[in-house]
Amino acid sequence: MIIATLAFYLFAALTVASAFMVIASKNPVHSVLFLILAFFNSSALFVLLGAEFIAMILIVVYVGAVAVLFLFVVMMLDINFAELRQGFLQYLPIGALIGIILMIELILVVGGWHLSPDALKVIAAPVSEAAHLTNTEQLGGLLYTKYVYLFQIAGMILLVAMIGAIVLTHRQRPGVKKQVIADQVYRRPEDSMVVRKVEPGQGV
Amino acid sequence: MVEFWDSYALPTIIIVAKILAIVLPLLVLMAYLTLYERKVMAAMQLRKGPNVVGFYGLLQPFADGAKLFFKETVIPSGANKILFLVAPMITFLLSLIAWAVIPFDEGMVLSDINVGVLYLFAISSLGVYGIIVAGWASNSRYPFLGALRSAAQMVSYEVSIGFVIISVLLCVGSLNLSDVVMAQKSDLGMFSWYFVPLFPMFIIFFISILAETNRHPFDLPEAEAELVAGYQTEYSAMAFALFFLGEYVNMILMSAICVILFLGGWLPPADIAPFNWIPGIIWFGIKIAILLFVFIWVRATLPRYRYDQLMRLGWKVFLPLSLFWVVATAGFLVAFDMVPA
Repeated sequence: MIIATLAFYLFAALTVASAFMVIASKNPVHSVLFLILAFFNSSALFVLLGAEFIAMILIVVYVGAVAVLFLFVVMMLDINFAELRQGFLQYLPIGALIGIILMIELILVVGGWHLSPDALKVIAAPVSEAAHLTNTEQLGGLLYTKYVYLFQIAGMILLVAMIGAIVLTHRQRPGVKKQVIADQVYRRPEDSMVVRKVEPGQGV
Repeated sequence: MVEFWDSYALPTIIIVAKILAIVLPLLVLMAYLTLYERKVMAAMQLRKGPNVVGFYGLLQPFADGAKLFFKETVIPSGANKILFLVAPMITFLLSLIAWAVIPFDEGMVLSDINVGVLYLFAISSLGVYGIIVAGWASNSRYPFLGALRSAAQMVSYEVSIGFVIISVLLCVGSLNLSDVVMAQKSDLGMFSWYFVPLFPMFIIFFISILAETNRHPFDLPEAEAELVAGYQTEYSAMAFALFFLGEYVNMILMSAICVILFLGGWLPPADIAPFNWIPGIIWFGIKIAILLFVFIWVRATLPRYRYDQLMRLGWKVFLPLSLFWVVATAGFLVAFDMVPA
């Protein structure tokens, strides 16, 4: 048990420290890399909680895909770091104000949080019938039965967002030559080649 | 003191011993994979390959390793020093930690976790960081271009790998890798392995792992004709060796995943007398060696893809096909009431 506790404090401290470094480091690429470290440590916290499915999905989705795109964009940007720092003190009061408002909101929400009676019953029950099911089965069972409509709506929203992004950024440029694989495959030697018998000294 | 020994010290020692028992043979195997590659390539090109160092060239990998070890590690003055050195370590480390969940035989696995398949998918999706960090930290044009190419390439092919894995998981009904292998066991022997019912997915998966490991014909991140050596351009000595090690261990790892998902893991091709005398780990090794041979065969045969062709193949061919196959597999399983409990 003591190992689990020590591991929790290690990962929690690392999560907070790397989250702090995300906003504190001067170089945006370092920020993204610290963000990845924060994701990793929070995934480790999920493993400690026994939520192994969510832990793995966190890494696959956020570290494996989202953060790669972040890194991609940040590396391509040509940022003048000194210029970025200039307005720091000027904007500090506004930033601090937003931070304080967010913190008050969080305290209000978490302070007034009551567990639903259903959840309390589950916690109180000594051994629930779902205890032998794995994480993945339990999540799948809930998502695809009780919350199936919400799940489908979430998927639809993502699809619409994706198509919207493509429509907004896609430009049809005239005069660009593109490879048409089907045309190449259907091309026959007879269409483009003629075999001629050439007599010596006469040419074609 | 006794309690400390029993509950903390002894398990730690056992786990470390197990890790060493996996990692050390793996690194030796990796060394011989380079020799295997050179010998097979040589045979395909009617050459002899390395045959001077040791009998039949068997000590060549160690000679190469020693040479790299004694070279000087050059760090470019414009490079970001910490990230420049961390990048090869990330690549090497990621190629090793994935082996924690690979079952070599029935019960012969370091950590038999419930979400083994997802763990492997997560680790393989992290491989891109070693390369992209190396490209950026080198602070040089060719490495950066190579890194960008590889990031786009690996992210693209991961999508279809994900769908292929889903279609296998639909047939298995579990994310545990040992369960995946045991689900392929039946009286039919090798004909009940998943490469038979899911043959198109097997082909897509194999081509995708070629792209995922940056091997020929998709080795655009290090295309020497265009990018010198891609993200490895500024690396020398042990830093380069770590990239090299990581890449080859990744090849073995991806072959192992392919064997587990489609070729029945440690199962013998038929459960009859001469075949089931051979231990499962040997079958596992033979199957991996066959897939690695195909890796090398492809390298010796095919020309490199152009970048737009690579993207077209990933997004316009593999993605729709594998998505369709997921729906088809699910529909088939439901229609014939074959969904695993």
